[in-house]
Amino acid sequence: MAEDYRMVKDVKGAEYWRWTESRWTDPDLDWRNAEVVSAGVDVGSVSTQAAVMVDGKLYAYSNMRTGSDSPESANKAIKWAFEDTGLTPGDLHATVGTGYGRVNVPFATKAITEIACHARGANFMYGPAVRTVLDMGGQDCKAIHCDERGKVKAFLMNDKCAAGTGRGMEVFADLLGVHINDVGEMSLKVDEEPPPVSSTCVVFAKSEASGLLREGWPKERVLAAYCSAMAHRIADLLERIGVEKEFAITGGIAKNPGVVKRLAKELGIDPLPTDMDTQIAGAIGAALFARALYLKKMKK
Amino acid sequence: MLANYGYKDGSGDYFITVDTDKCNGCGACVEVCPAKVLELVEDEFDIDAETEVAAVTEEHKKKIKYSCGPCKPASGYSITDLPCVKACESGAIDHSW
Repeated sequence: MAEDYRMVKDVKGAEYWRWTESRWTDPDLDWRNAEVVSAGVDVGSVSTQAAVMVDGKLYAYSNMRTGSDSPESANKAIKWAFEDTGLTPGDLHATVGTGYGRVNVPFATKAITEIACHARGANFMYGPAVRTVLDMGGQDCKAIHCDERGKVKAFLMNDKCAAGTGRGMEVFADLLGVHINDVGEMSLKVDEEPPPVSSTCVVFAKSEASGLLREGWPKERVLAAYCSAMAHRIADLLERIGVEKEFAITGGIAKNPGVVKRLAKELGIDPLPTDMDTQIAGAIGAALFARALYLKKMKK
Repeated sequence: MLANYGYKDGSGDYFITVDTDKCNGCGACVEVCPAKVLELVEDEFDIDAETEVAAVTEEHKKKIKYSCGPCKPASGYSITDLPCVKACESGAIDHSW
């Protein structure tokens, strides 16, 4: 009976939420001649990233889904980042864990809050002019003010409400049968902006969207209504601490032009562009902290 | 640094703000809070910091609306005489209500 159930359908093709995992290495760098090899592991609620830096330069990273076991996810991510580089855990001088699962990174020298790491990482990725960082993660959203060195001056966290988070977007991708990588572009293909969905909660927003589909709304329009609701919610949240130029968005939602463009319009500020993976900001910040901690220890 | 702990949901803003530059880690607010919402933690944002700073506990971060309910204006408090605000000599604590 149970076996028959498993054969009912092939669920693989139905996983629209499954975003692309990736890894990268800089072929021009060699860790063997480096003074300090540091790593940062960001175990988030939805995704886990590991970044390896040699003397403060990004050398390799991996970006994958977090499983049910945080230490295991951290191990997997660092192993994947090491792939084909010849690096072993013993070659790391220091490692910092960050994110929700930061205390569960088995090989970390220290755990540092993801707020500090995202500010530091954004400073590295977008340059020292960044003053406001918006991290749109899998299950929460943080707004951070920082100085030219990437040090946090103020932060605001919305760690209760799932409105405006990556997981909400995954739920919508699944509902509409549109791949998560395409939802942003697709939401921009509307002639006229529909009214945003009114619900704050992802679960209720989803049922509202089901109603709109039943009314005959095309997918593009439903996505537009959700993306603009998300942008509006974030703009509302940002009002509390204000947005200072330059402005950068990190996290998975930064890859969704449907939300980013609407948010930029609402705030009247364009976020800085980057060619790097916006999801690795936290891991980069952690690796930079690891390097700083190691150098500090060596001086003593 | 201004640390805003809490959340915003469909019903309103629920944030406690701790100015870590002003906080001297004396712990007076931790003592007086009737709901035990605050605690002293290592200053994670400043690696060189020597004193601890006040922060909202992990347990209460997601339910400030309810935890801090007894200290809201509806219960007869004004922002200036909340126990934690009053106890803080350096004026490091602020609220969104």
